[in-house]
Amino acid sequence: MLRPNGPVARCWVKILVCMKQVPQKDAPLKLNEGGTWIREDVSYEVNEPDAYALEEALRQKEKHGGEVVVITAGPARAQQVLREALAKGADRAIHLEDDRFVGLDAFNVARAFAAAIKEDAFDLIFTGLQSDDYGYAQTGVLLAELMGWPHATIIMQIEKKDSGIRVKRELEAGFFQFVEMPLPAVLTIQSGINKLRYATLIGIKQAKNKPMRKVSWDDVSGAVGENLQKVEKLYVPQKTKKTEYLEGSPAEVAKKLVDKLRNEVRVL
Amino acid sequence: MAETILIVVEQREGKLNRVSWETITGAQAIAAQTGWTIEAAVVGNGIAGIAAEVAAKSVAKVYALESPKLAAYTPDGFASALKQFIAQRQPKLVLMPHTYQVRDFCPKLAASLGSTVIPDCIGYKYEGGRLLFTRQMFQGKFAADVSFTGQGPWFATFQNGAFRGDQVQEGASAAPIENVAAEVADVRTSPEEPFKEAKQAVDLTQAEIIVSVGRGIKEQKNIDMAKQLADALGGEIAASRPICDSGWLPMERQVGSSGQTVAPKLYLALGISGAIQHIVGMKGSRSIVAINKDAEAPIFEIADIAVVGNLFDIVPPLIEEVKKAKAGA
Repeated sequence: MLRPNGPVARCWVKILVCMKQVPQKDAPLKLNEGGTWIREDVSYEVNEPDAYALEEALRQKEKHGGEVVVITAGPARAQQVLREALAKGADRAIHLEDDRFVGLDAFNVARAFAAAIKEDAFDLIFTGLQSDDYGYAQTGVLLAELMGWPHATIIMQIEKKDSGIRVKRELEAGFFQFVEMPLPAVLTIQSGINKLRYATLIGIKQAKNKPMRKVSWDDVSGAVGENLQKVEKLYVPQKTKKTEYLEGSPAEVAKKLVDKLRNEVRVL
Repeated sequence: MAETILIVVEQREGKLNRVSWETITGAQAIAAQTGWTIEAAVVGNGIAGIAAEVAAKSVAKVYALESPKLAAYTPDGFASALKQFIAQRQPKLVLMPHTYQVRDFCPKLAASLGSTVIPDCIGYKYEGGRLLFTRQMFQGKFAADVSFTGQGPWFATFQNGAFRGDQVQEGASAAPIENVAAEVADVRTSPEEPFKEAKQAVDLTQAEIIVSVGRGIKEQKNIDMAKQLADALGGEIAASRPICDSGWLPMERQVGSSGQTVAPKLYLALGISGAIQHIVGMKGSRSIVAINKDAEAPIFEIADIAVVGNLFDIVPPLIEEVKKAKAGA
């Protein structure tokens, strides 16, 4: 049930999780006629890194108490992502609902989110480390800049401290680093930080009664500016390598491949 | 007046990250077409050696932005030092390598200047006097040409391997180095020393043969089949990130930008779609064999030998054939 913002609500953390709906991983994608974007008649799912961000928020809440709020921007279909999050245990949801949100660049998405939550006082904002469609990996960092909060990216572990939090950042080549920072703060969460849970039947039932706040384009359009970058053309990448395709029955393919491994690759 | 391209090279603990050479090579290519001037900046403390190293390349000038507050990397420190500097210098284009460090501060820096970053680019195009940056989208299924709409300064970051670092042009003489006392705002985060987890038991970089599994393996129990193939070939088993995230194989067996970078004689990819984060960790392999049921999977773009089909049909007879070949050899 929703925890009211009363005396009991001086809980440790109020966490906002930014989530995105993206085309399903296996969905065959087609280009639109102008070759500027994909055709939108595909199946969608939650952006996987965001699922880890949500899971981490739920675990923090279970450990320390608090509230988990989920937010997304997109057309009506994007509500599914919020419904699933509520079923898994998020307390309430914010849906910036309009087709126009899909075409925003990362800076504008961050601006729209910041405008939509200005009445809320969050301690932490989580995002997945990047999205599976654009792959820009920017919304979290930009949101921190807009809010004037510190941030850290690619987080593998979060500890509560008296002065704020201590987080484990993943660096390249197998290195890690601990960083301390005060709250409020923004963290982008690395996939694999935890094990994802499934929604329970009770959770799915309860989700129907949890608050879902709709934010319209007009509510936040004042905060949104011109996109600073534009996808001019989307296309199937050109092959740079000569690839040899092996065909036939599985047994034939296996024979051909072993032949190549022996005579060309020379590893057998 | 000619515009300027500013390259921010990356240093960690007083050492230049070699991927910076690739960024300079990319900048030199852009400059050759646009006629723009190239300058470079190093950010940190005690970085005179790095500045000198960069000044040997064909660049017009190198700036060393120094402050004791920049000794350890923090997003606040690096973004504020560069913000002041860039606001003053007004380069048209700022280029950086797409590293985890750059991902951490570059969007913040660009936003603080009212601008934007096109991240993770694999190349650029200069068409009709306009610069476009090419990057992958939808996990590598598509490429996109992206333009800047604003006035700049424009920011773009280049993916590892986008240009050849060994093709960076040397300068005729050393470029002048200017030391800049960086203005650093409040740093709110306190970083500790970077560290490695307990020593890795597996060094995939030494393996000559790697059998690597991706999401296409479907279930944990199927990993065993891939292991049998690796054993038959005398190679190591490895995986893409999602497999290790699921705990089906330990993290130390992960290949990709957040795992190990490998270059074996044979890299056999089973059910790996080929997201850029994985590709950067294995594209240097001498021979890449990909088995995937999705003919559109990006892995096929870099494969030498491709099999479009169900790995569960193909791997069992493959194991038998490999065993036969070994027995006969």
